[in-house]
Amino acid sequence: MIEIRALSKQFGQFHALKSIDLTIARGTVFGFVGPNGAGKSTTMSILATLMAPTSGTAKVGGYDVTEHPKEVRKLIGYMPDFFGVYDQFKAIEYLHFYAASYGIPKSERDQLIPQLLELVNLTDKKNAYVDTLSRGMKQRLCLARSLVHDPELLILDEPASGLDPRARIEMREILKELKTMGKTIIISSHILPELAEMVDEIGVIEHGEMVAQGNVQDIQNRLRVKRILVIRTEGREQEAEDYIREHPHVKRVSRDDRGIHVHFGGHDEEQADLLHGMIQHGFRLISFSEAQTNLEDVFLEITRGGGGTE
Amino acid sequence: MSRTERQSWRNKLINPVLNKEFTLRMRTPRSMWALLAYLIAIGTLALGFMYVTQMESSGGGSFDPNASRIMFYFISMVQLGLIAFMAPGLTAGVVSGEREKQTLNLLLTTQQSSATIIISKLVSSLSFMLLITVATLPVYSIVFLFGGISPAQLGMVFLFYLFTMLAIGSLGIMFSTLFKRTMIAVIVTYGVMLFLFGGTAFLYLVLHQIMESINRSSASPVDFSWIGYILGLNPAAALYSVFDPSISSTVFRAGWTGSGQQSAPIQLWQEFLLVFTVITGASIAVSIRYIRPRLKKAKD
Repeated sequence: MIEIRALSKQFGQFHALKSIDLTIARGTVFGFVGPNGAGKSTTMSILATLMAPTSGTAKVGGYDVTEHPKEVRKLIGYMPDFFGVYDQFKAIEYLHFYAASYGIPKSERDQLIPQLLELVNLTDKKNAYVDTLSRGMKQRLCLARSLVHDPELLILDEPASGLDPRARIEMREILKELKTMGKTIIISSHILPELAEMVDEIGVIEHGEMVAQGNVQDIQNRLRVKRILVIRTEGREQEAEDYIREHPHVKRVSRDDRGIHVHFGGHDEEQADLLHGMIQHGFRLISFSEAQTNLEDVFLEITRGGGGTE
Repeated sequence: MSRTERQSWRNKLINPVLNKEFTLRMRTPRSMWALLAYLIAIGTLALGFMYVTQMESSGGGSFDPNASRIMFYFISMVQLGLIAFMAPGLTAGVVSGEREKQTLNLLLTTQQSSATIIISKLVSSLSFMLLITVATLPVYSIVFLFGGISPAQLGMVFLFYLFTMLAIGSLGIMFSTLFKRTMIAVIVTYGVMLFLFGGTAFLYLVLHQIMESINRSSASPVDFSWIGYILGLNPAAALYSVFDPSISSTVFRAGWTGSGQQSAPIQLWQEFLLVFTVITGASIAVSIRYIRPRLKKAKD
């Protein structure tokens, strides 16, 4: 569905994208992760035909975004990270306007729009003026707007940003439903851990470069090999930290109020050896536990670790 | 004509963007207040003019019918000034405003062509200006009470207004497309208006003085009738030439050295029409070209 090859974007001296490659198959839900300014929105803008790349190619459904933008626009539903609404429109009029702008005849719109309002739980707000809707409702309305022409690909740039937890859950449920409808979705979000269960693949971008990309499970498994241990000792913390650092399977050690955080490259046996060794050396252990890793850890690990998942 | 055909024609005439522009413009109370303020301004000036003329001509008696023509010119000029004042405000924010409200990107990802978006926005703004101008017709009807003006003249003036609105509106939309911020687009459009109304007149007068003084001190005076073309860019001068065609001859013969042409090479309003048809076309083309980013890479 999406094929990006050596895509670069430069703003003056600033390289927003540095030759990224990305392939997303039809029906995939792709999570785009990366810190602010990493290049997520730039990539999405290029895919949405709103920005020209400096070099490289991007294809959606086989159409090059620069050569056939009109065809690409038919295939995509785009929801930007920041967007405005026409406040003087009622919710239903707002959707009618966009549906008409996609060339959908009135008779079809009359059937389609109530369904979309129902999908995003806004049926009871159909006659409310858009400016009276809450932020979460506006986000949902914008999501409905991006669906008016039944696009194959949804490009959702931070669809849950600025939402309260309840609104985020509502948004997540709608996205799950869209996934079951077979849509290809490319979604960037800083709440990706919450979406982990519905994302098939992730791509991690940092400083305009694709740092890691692949199946969520694979990436998580790769990380799990390198466990994160949290160890608390009664006194002698610095000594314990130095001892741990000497262990051959320890990759990285840091210490904070919660204890000593150890990035451990070994398996169960080596982990037991470390524990045994610490006790033998007379360290009084309060706790020795394995931290649960989630998608957020994957992201932090990849971006903090200088770009390698090892 | 079948129902489908009628619908198809309706869709061509009123596309979604135009429909949206019409709906949203008339839903804001601002439009009503703008119309009211405009009518109060032009009504006050017209009645004020009548009052002053009446006082001066007959010392408090009746209104002198001979003054009705002057009054028509006066109201028409005031109306032109108001149009020039209003048009940039109504058009210079139509694209940049959407950009600032972050609605433009959503509109640009729809199937609406760049031309449809730009022309719909222009037509919508023009329609509102036309509504305001037509709403001033009752003020003009005062002139008809006293005679001296033909309906044809009135029609000509309104056509001139329509053209001027189109020209200023196109410039406003072009600046609104080219500049990211509405404030800058509005300032630049007003700057161009100031140049057209004040700058061209000033330039004409200054050049006229300079050339005359050169001719006075020179043994062989030069023909500087070309400076008349500068005044042809001035909307007020062009409108005046509609009322009184002899102004064109006066303007172009200002530098007449006694030989050559006896009449103006072109009426001021004709020159205005020609020049601004090109400017309007170019402005619309530039707007259509730049509302969306240039996606195709230049061939190496």
